Amino acid sequence: MLELTGVLLLFMVMGAIIAIETRDLLASVISVTAVGFGSVIAFFYLRAPDVAVVPIVVEVLVLVILIRATLRVGLKTFIGNRAFFGYLVTTALLVVIFLAGVMVIDGLPAFGDPVVARIAEAPSKVYIERGLADTGATNIVTAVLLDYRAYDTLGEATVLFTSIVGAVAILRRKARKKPSEPEADEW
Amino acid sequence: MHYALVLMLFMIGLYGVVVKRNLIKIIISLVIMETAINVFIIMIGYRSDGMAPIMQQTMAPEVFVRTSVDPVPQALVLTAIVIGLGVTAMTVSIAMRLYERYGTYDVREIRRLRG
Amino acid sequence: MVDITPNRGMTPIVKTVAGWVRGITFLFGLYIILFGHITPGGGFAGGVILALVYVLMTLCCGKQKAFEKLPLHWAAELDSVGAIMFLIIAWLGMWSILGGSFFTNYIARWNPGLPYHIFSSGTIPLCNIAIALKVAASLFLIFMLLVTTKVVHGPNE
Repeated sequence: MLELTGVLLLFMVMGAIIAIETRDLLASVISVTAVGFGSVIAFFYLRAPDVAVVPIVVEVLVLVILIRATLRVGLKTFIGNRAFFGYLVTTALLVVIFLAGVMVIDGLPAFGDPVVARIAEAPSKVYIERGLADTGATNIVTAVLLDYRAYDTLGEATVLFTSIVGAVAILRRKARKKPSEPEADEW
Repeated sequence: MHYALVLMLFMIGLYGVVVKRNLIKIIISLVIMETAINVFIIMIGYRSDGMAPIMQQTMAPEVFVRTSVDPVPQALVLTAIVIGLGVTAMTVSIAMRLYERYGTYDVREIRRLRG
Repeated sequence: MVDITPNRGMTPIVKTVAGWVRGITFLFGLYIILFGHITPGGGFAGGVILALVYVLMTLCCGKQKAFEKLPLHWAAELDSVGAIMFLIIAWLGMWSILGGSFFTNYIARWNPGLPYHIFSSGTIPLCNIAIALKVAASLFLIFMLLVTTKVVHGPNE
């Protein structure tokens, strides 16, 4: 019953619980990086090699960015949670959403049986059967990304560009009195 | 059972976004939610004892069609991961500016100060 | 090779090894981009590996070294060049002699190569290069911006 995916998901759940409950911000950032690397191993096991390379680098970047934002001299620490309609009501709401999600999951086929194998006219079957003949590429994921579904790739390029423009616009500021290091708008 | 574990990971992230007071913990919970969704989408397309959707030279096409996993969720998740990095970068830059302005990462203080 | 002055960045051992690893990793990233239609990988995976080389240089040798190799305004230009290249390749498919719609793979219709060869899949290798350029420049820009801007402490200081 226990196989590698189950063990990895258990590890990720434990890492996530540690990440949001510990009081030390550095430990919490490292735990969320561990959750990401657990997902990388899960991607390799789930036969998705070109998806698995990308979160490795993304987790390293997120780790360095979060450490840069959190570790600084004189950071005031505080404990406790928000009072958002009362603690018990929030937990009850989340349990209800979890049970609703479990009922939805019961309608899916079992793990290991792809969902689109049940559908007669699934596009995945067309892509696998005619991928090589239509595009000439033997990597069907690349053929799907850049030939059959190229609009999604264009959308992703647009969203990445917009998020960069947003981050630059937020961090830009006028020069202070003592600019001892180059600031965001001096290039 | 595996899908229930991924749903629990998503719920843990959602709990962190709703309940926690520290802005950095909220950003960390957003990252956990994105990771859970990416793993769930690829788990939907998995076939037991299948092979990756990359053709090899020494293989008959009928075998490939019969045993390969679904390539469409992998293409979708590939873009989703890079977009997740962009969203995290933007939220961290907002958090850095809020810290400069208010001196704290506590969302209750940030809401109350009118400065 | 690398500047192993011990007072900036990490120890000389780390800097020397990073200097060797840098070239091999860059070459590996280029390989994954160019052969993206045959082996697993493609534009996204190769682009993030190229960005990782500059992250390594920043972490080991300081940000001046990384800015020497790729200044920030060049990275912004490369980002836009990658996006425009992708759009031009897509737009060229709209001429009716080539295909008729926005994203058609016109090179595959005109001159399909043999499978498993590098010059085979039409516009897919060109789109891989454009996407990799865009992703690498974008991730470098995000990282440098968030890590090297000077943050002033709170309003009391």
